[in-house]
Amino acid sequence: MPRYVLRRLGFLLLTLLLTSSIIFAITQVLPGDVARVILGREAGEAALNSLREELGLNDPLPVQYLRWLGNFVQGDWGESFSTRTEVRPLVQQRLGNSLMLAAVTLGIAVPVGIALGVIAGLNENTWVDSVVNVSALSVVGLPEFVTGILLIEIFAFRLGFFPANSSIRPGTNFVEALPMLILPALTASLVLLGYISRMTRVGVIGEISKPYVRTARLKGLSRWSVTYRHVLRNALMPTITVIAISFGWLISGLIVVENVYNYPGLGRLMLFAIDRRDLPLLQAVAMLAVLAFAFANLAADLFYAYLNPKIRLQ
Amino acid sequence: MTKESTTAGVTPARVWRPFTVLTRLFGRPASAAGTSIVLIFLLMALIGPWIAPYGVNEQIPSETRQAPSPDHWFGTDHLGRDVFSRVLFGARDILLLAGLGTFLAVLAGTAIGLLSGYRGGTFDEALMRVFDSLLAIPALLLALLLLGVVGPARNALLIVIVFVYTPIVARVARSVVLSVKSKGFVQAARMRGESETWIIFREILPSAFPTLTVEGALRFSYAIFLIAALGFLGIGVQPPNPNWGLMVAEAREHVFQTPWALWMPALAISVLVIGVNLMADGLRRVLRVPGA
Repeated sequence: MPRYVLRRLGFLLLTLLLTSSIIFAITQVLPGDVARVILGREAGEAALNSLREELGLNDPLPVQYLRWLGNFVQGDWGESFSTRTEVRPLVQQRLGNSLMLAAVTLGIAVPVGIALGVIAGLNENTWVDSVVNVSALSVVGLPEFVTGILLIEIFAFRLGFFPANSSIRPGTNFVEALPMLILPALTASLVLLGYISRMTRVGVIGEISKPYVRTARLKGLSRWSVTYRHVLRNALMPTITVIAISFGWLISGLIVVENVYNYPGLGRLMLFAIDRRDLPLLQAVAMLAVLAFAFANLAADLFYAYLNPKIRLQ
Repeated sequence: MTKESTTAGVTPARVWRPFTVLTRLFGRPASAAGTSIVLIFLLMALIGPWIAPYGVNEQIPSETRQAPSPDHWFGTDHLGRDVFSRVLFGARDILLLAGLGTFLAVLAGTAIGLLSGYRGGTFDEALMRVFDSLLAIPALLLALLLLGVVGPARNALLIVIVFVYTPIVARVARSVVLSVKSKGFVQAARMRGESETWIIFREILPSAFPTLTVEGALRFSYAIFLIAALGFLGIGVQPPNPNWGLMVAEAREHVFQTPWALWMPALAISVLVIGVNLMADGLRRVLRVPGA
């Protein structure tokens, strides 16, 4: 196991290194002169040049990349061009918000998705299976802005259960924020439900026909007990990966959902950074997005290996 | 999904006949519905501009904010534009963009994946690491970053779709190559002294067709999704473009006066994406490609 963990960590570092250079490269070719963005339109050529020198913008790109990466690793994420404040506290606060939203979303999507998948899998090729399958396929395809606006229409405007706007103040704690988290979380979980239930269904179908299941049934265990105690452990393996990958998506991919509800998470911060050409902010958020994704994948791999010795020994 | 296919994505090539596939798609209610929806939308995209009762940006000042009626099937928006006509024009835009983008991504991804997977070695290993890293960046974020680079040109969205989806298709194509590379028919071709190009495109490619068809259908659905989402965020397209996502975002400001201007494009995109997804699922069953 330790060797396996080390190798996975090595891969993770390599991926992060490559991704960081891709992000750096893309942000470098974004049009717009950084010095001019900071100093404004009226700045003279001399002032621009001295600022470029000061920021190290005249150095070769690899040097700039290494300096940026070094600073980033040490926690110095630079100063935002648009808010003129340190990037790190801003990003950390938004990360907190994104984590709250992710927690509520997974809290809804994981149990419901697994339950639906198990029900569909146990009733393979019956009408129950078809209904679950077709609704999962349909819901997965709906853009978040459509489901989001629909949920607002029903639960905020018509029924008045939850607020339509989720723009929570900085420093709001989880309990205070919860009513505002429900609708965005519901919107995001609709996307995940389909993936989780389909993955679970395939896993259950794959396991249920294996001989050990028949043995367990023949030795007198009830159907429910066989499903719960034997089948699920093996059948949920692929589902775990999907959940892990979803976590990465929840942290940084909820741009549309956050936009629909005005929720101050990382996704909207990213949109803001792109809009303002705020490179330090953009780089920090993008790196965080990739980190979340990479660590979620690592967690899935390690959990997999923990459950299945065959993988560890490969 | 099917019990007899154990190797990833390998099925006999003879199954892949467009007409047979289409007939079998109509054998199950769900995939028949999906395929019909896609075909209807394609028809709409094709003849839409001719049957649209009004121009795409034609404003009728005396007929603003009208509810759906025989004159304006989907009503008019706050500027007096006919929503039905705009949805029709939007269908052509989104299908053309998503279709062409997906096609190019599948073409490029297949070529890269087949070559890289067949040759193997350090280059293949390095390329896959780069692709993995690209896949670690969420698609929407990558699209947003790229759009910043490419600028707000019309072709920008196309470039973005191709760039975002090529690595994914390449990985899928490569996995098929790896699973058939050591099979008898490939080795036999090598023994016969066939050229590398022949082996890759005449021996291996046909076994990848079913998998690639399903992958293409899925990518198509994601591309539609991505274009609409970017439109909703107001990035990559400018008003008065009839992008369905942009139409929804614009109509959101007037949702209490003209709800139809919001719900009609929203409905159009939902029906289309559901249709494509059901068709993709049907293709997976017909072509017996394993997966969820």
